[in-house]
Amino acid sequence: MKLVAQGLGWKAAGRAIVQGVDLDLVPGETFGLIGPNGSGKSTLLRLIAGLLPRAQGQVWLDGTPLHRMPRREIARRIALVSQHADTTETLTVRDAVELGRTPWLSAFSPFSDLDRQIVDDALDAVEMRHLAGQGWPSLSGGERQRVQIARALAQRPRLLILDEPTNHLDIHHQLALLRLVAGLDMTVVMALHDLNQAMGCDRVGVMQGGRMVACGRPADVISTALLSETFRVGARILTDPADDSLLYRFHMLENDG
Amino acid sequence: MSGATASLRALAAVSAGGLAVLMLAVMAGIVIGEAPLPLSAVLEVLSVRLFGADTLLDPIDAGIIWNYRLPRTLVAASCGAALSLSGLVLQSLVRNALADPYLLGVSAGASTGAVAVTILGVGGELIEHFRRCLCRCGAGLSDRRAAGARGGRRGGADGAGGHRRVAAFQRADVLFIAKSANAEQARGIMFWLLGNLSGVRWPDVTLAVPIAVLGFAACLIHARALDAFSFGTESAASLGVPVRRVQLVLIGAVTLMAAVMVSLVGAIGFVGLVIPHAMRFVVGVRHFRLIPATALAGAVFLIAADIVSRMLIAGQVVPIGVVTALVGAPGFAIILIRNRARA
Repeated sequence: MKLVAQGLGWKAAGRAIVQGVDLDLVPGETFGLIGPNGSGKSTLLRLIAGLLPRAQGQVWLDGTPLHRMPRREIARRIALVSQHADTTETLTVRDAVELGRTPWLSAFSPFSDLDRQIVDDALDAVEMRHLAGQGWPSLSGGERQRVQIARALAQRPRLLILDEPTNHLDIHHQLALLRLVAGLDMTVVMALHDLNQAMGCDRVGVMQGGRMVACGRPADVISTALLSETFRVGARILTDPADDSLLYRFHMLENDG
Repeated sequence: MSGATASLRALAAVSAGGLAVLMLAVMAGIVIGEAPLPLSAVLEVLSVRLFGADTLLDPIDAGIIWNYRLPRTLVAASCGAALSLSGLVLQSLVRNALADPYLLGVSAGASTGAVAVTILGVGGELIEHFRRCLCRCGAGLSDRRAAGARGGRRGGADGAGGHRRVAAFQRADVLFIAKSANAEQARGIMFWLLGNLSGVRWPDVTLAVPIAVLGFAACLIHARALDAFSFGTESAASLGVPVRRVQLVLIGAVTLMAAVMVSLVGAIGFVGLVIPHAMRFVVGVRHFRLIPATALAGAVFLIAADIVSRMLIAGQVVPIGVVTALVGAPGFAIILIRNRARA
């Protein structure tokens, strides 16, 4: 699915959190969003999903303006996993994933065998099927994160938006998630903090102070100059002899603090 | 295909069972009272009235059954269902376990209006007072909306302070007005503050039952949307729920249900708080099951509370609000403690 965004901006309490961001997502690509804390990554993701009121700018999905589409139509195309979604309800894992079918079901249409299959597949994809009957309060942070991702997959979107999806995940599940995302037949936009993980994306956008200051192939964009300027760290770039992939090793800048 | 048929059959069986339980409760509400009436008499009166059968029944018994006990029980059932549904929907929308029409001030606002009418009569003073009550109700609502918005960001059980403040405000208001009442008026005021089903007649039934049924339908249609609110308003929006419209419709339905019921029988507390939580234990948190279960349990609970209020002290009717509070206050405490343990 083709998503075009122009002049995206959003203010909170008079302060511009995001301003003047243009974005053009190529169907099927994995787009990484990087930037320091407070640079506007999460807000930009929610703007793309059309979830913020009083937003500036415009988003088009396959040529249709997002604000003209009913929420249900948007939810059939775009799924979002945000960082803070939590509940005090004692839902089971399966209940939470079944919520993903909401945009595809009317008020009284019963859950079909196909819906059940989609939910099972989503649970399998994040290795949570064996915990399907578990109650939400008993889950760890990482398990909750994986359930949220399964819920988004059960939505069967064409654009998957993930806000720091590897947060809370152990290293096995971080790698499993990145492999899952790479294998998905859909466009993915995700905010990432681990720059080595961002290297695996097709393209990355760099956010700083609410603006997208760079965008392109990771190897072209992520440079030592950018790292010292945007992230205020120094880095040495190493090459893994096994597959010649680039790795960053970070250190504080000498003149910092 | 067979799966769908089986689930339809299960749905029909459960609905029939629920209706049967409701009928039994209504029967109990009619039969049990200061003057116990045999079930056969009740059935006879019903068959006479509904199907035009012939009867040799004592006209006094027939009058008690048809003109007093039956409308009273039907209104009790409607009120129980409506108030517990109101509580359930508010809890789900606001994502606050302590939300309830009584605590959020909807009931208190309605009582204030009623008491003001009792004492101040109709006049400029009253209108001015009513305007202020409305403003306060508005403040309560926007407070609640703000709490909902906050909940969207960080699953908050924190908005209740504001709602209780509004409710307390209106209680104080009621007490302030009540101070200027004479003894006759004071008896009437107790009715609005603690609830009373004694004056219920058929015209009340024709208002209470349709409102309860409509409210139930409005809630049931939004069952999926209410499920989607479990992770907050933003999550609901990203699942395709038109959040603003659903909030407007449901808060409107809840306010209408609570206001109508309070106008008929006074402010009966704790039903909306305790029944939905009890039902979450029994049928789980999915609203397609939770809404019918809550409506049924609320109806049965209030019929039972009405029976207890008539039987507790011989020769006297204890205000039904006292009975619901006897059950509800400990329930409220349990919910508070459980919530704290989870936080």
